[in-house]
Amino acid sequence: MNAKSLFDKLWERHVVVEETSDSPAVLFIDLHLVHEVTSPQAFAVLDERGLKVRRPDLTKATLDHSTPTLPADKNGELPYATPEAKAQVETLIANCARHDVELFGLGDPRRGIVHVIGPELGLTQPGKTVVCGDSHTSTHGAFGALAFGIGTTEVGHVLATQCVLQRKPKSMRVIFNGALPTGVTAKDMALAVIAEIGADGGQGFAVEFAGPAVEALSMEGRMTLCNMSIEAGARFGMVAPDDATFAWLEGRDRAPEGNDFVAALEAWRTLPTEEGAAFDKEVAIDTATLSPMITYGVSPDAAAPVDALAPSAATPAAQRAADYMQFAENHPFTDNKVNRVFIGSCTNSRLSDLRLAADILRGRKVKDGLIALIVPGSEAIRRAAEDEGLDKVFLDAGAEWREPGCSMCIAMNGDAGAPGDLVVSTSNRNFIGRQGKDVRTVLASPATAAASAIAGHIADPRPYLEANDGV
Amino acid sequence: MAFEPIRALTSRTVVMQEENIDTDQIIPARFLTTTSRKGLGKSVFYDWRYDENGAPKNSSILNGVNLDTHKILVAGANFGCGSSREHAPWALFDFGFRAVISSDIADIFKSNALKNGLLPVEVDDKTHRELLGAPGATVIVDLESQTVRIGDDWQATFQIEPFARRCLLDGVDPLGHLIKQMDAIESFERTCT
Ligand code: SF4
Repeated sequence: MNAKSLFDKLWERHVVVEETSDSPAVLFIDLHLVHEVTSPQAFAVLDERGLKVRRPDLTKATLDHSTPTLPADKNGELPYATPEAKAQVETLIANCARHDVELFGLGDPRRGIVHVIGPELGLTQPGKTVVCGDSHTSTHGAFGALAFGIGTTEVGHVLATQCVLQRKPKSMRVIFNGALPTGVTAKDMALAVIAEIGADGGQGFAVEFAGPAVEALSMEGRMTLCNMSIEAGARFGMVAPDDATFAWLEGRDRAPEGNDFVAALEAWRTLPTEEGAAFDKEVAIDTATLSPMITYGVSPDAAAPVDALAPSAATPAAQRAADYMQFAENHPFTDNKVNRVFIGSCTNSRLSDLRLAADILRGRKVKDGLIALIVPGSEAIRRAAEDEGLDKVFLDAGAEWREPGCSMCIAMNGDAGAPGDLVVSTSNRNFIGRQGKDVRTVLASPATAAASAIAGHIADPRPYLEANDGV
Repeated sequence: MAFEPIRALTSRTVVMQEENIDTDQIIPARFLTTTSRKGLGKSVFYDWRYDENGAPKNSSILNGVNLDTHKILVAGANFGCGSSREHAPWALFDFGFRAVISSDIADIFKSNALKNGLLPVEVDDKTHRELLGAPGATVIVDLESQTVRIGDDWQATFQIEPFARRCLLDGVDPLGHLIKQMDAIESFERTCT
């Protein structure tokens, strides 16, 4: 018997029809998550062809991308960015009602960013296949699931047949050795690996993250790491399930209960990669040498330690990026003045992210004139944060505390930077214009973002954390 | 099938040298609040084509290009990276492009493009350089023989996923193909639930 990897097992357990040279495999999907932006045209195809949603029980929907993060007005009207945004939200509501799909909609205490609520509700489980019309679906791989983003045509395929056509990708393992230093988080690990292999280094691969530093991560940290797989070009990112995974799931709303949980545990324990399993590519990173990371370009692989100097551009592409970002070369990154800070997105909007930001903001003030937006990933996170008084910490510091949603990660709901702004953001993409026209984005961890909000320039979070510890 | 089967395409090229052209450049997120797949062509590369007042930029190669004669986009490496938004190939197709050529095209974009009549063509680095250096060249992309021809003296092959190729050549409908597997899907469901 050949030793098998987690990925091999996840794959073979879901093959309905094997792939041939002529056709891709038919892969069964256990959980299909749907949101308003990439689904209307898929539902329309169902209607055109007179088809129904085949497994409404395995299909769950939420509203997150186009929804405002400001509360409704006196008349209960939400401040949508455009009439089209409102129409898109209403289209999903109508499609879900017509097709009997459960929707965590407006006003639902379970609503939130699609990749935050799946795990939060216990819908995301080890051994499952999870898809969504969204490239950050790899987030769910943190639970030992085979989770990947699909396009709208494929959303239609899954709605109609509960299957996708997919060829088995190659496999890669990224091993993080050594302990994580203070002030260095899963986000910094993600940026370090993307810098190492490049924005297309994971193209065509399913990536397993492993090693002592990954095992030591919380589930939230593992989600952050898997979330960013696509920024290295990899559609699939995953971590083997272990006791931390099981502890997260136990007692969650949609997780198995009682004897079912015991039975599930037994199955889940068979998933991890076996000793000697082969990978097409392996990468090792020494976690102990990592620093808090930031990006300085317009692709997530332009990442470097926050305390480094801005490099000089070596290629025409790097020169164009440098012209856009306007960081003076060979000067410290920390010289650059920041206009806005965004803490949120499916990468870093979970309770531990907010706690980390609060640790730095507590008793301190956001720099005059700087706008700091803090957007929890879900209603549940918002409540948990408010129960701990984190909202008060943020408001006292002069930051804004918003309603859950994607917000400035994609800037399609009206939350956006102004032209020329330098934004330190905990989201996942620093593409030109992603956070608003001519906005310059610096990706960082919640700690680095919070430190930058106080300093008013790109800042290293470590001195703040050390001051807290009385060092 | 929303488009005609494709066998071969002969057209001139539009060249965009930039590497890592991401889906946010191809179609900025603020244009995603649509519920249709049509009409996105006017927003393709919007921030590259228009200034802050909405006036067309002279510097943009896409303004003023004749799409009747220039249906092939040649772009720098890692084209289409980023989002899974199918709006990106919809917008390029709606604008008038029928093929994109690069040395390396992002996975999800490639898969989305193939489903929408936009041919993603990945060529070797040498051919890529040749194409990047010859804006407006007449190129033949032949799907049947999987070759790209530039003028009389340059020919290269390209790979394309065989099923997607059949879909494009013969008009096979992937959803129809999946629905035909319904017996297998049902028996799979019985064994696992
Ligand atoms: S937070 Fe950003 S990356 Fe995540 S689902 Fe929303 S838009 Fe996509």
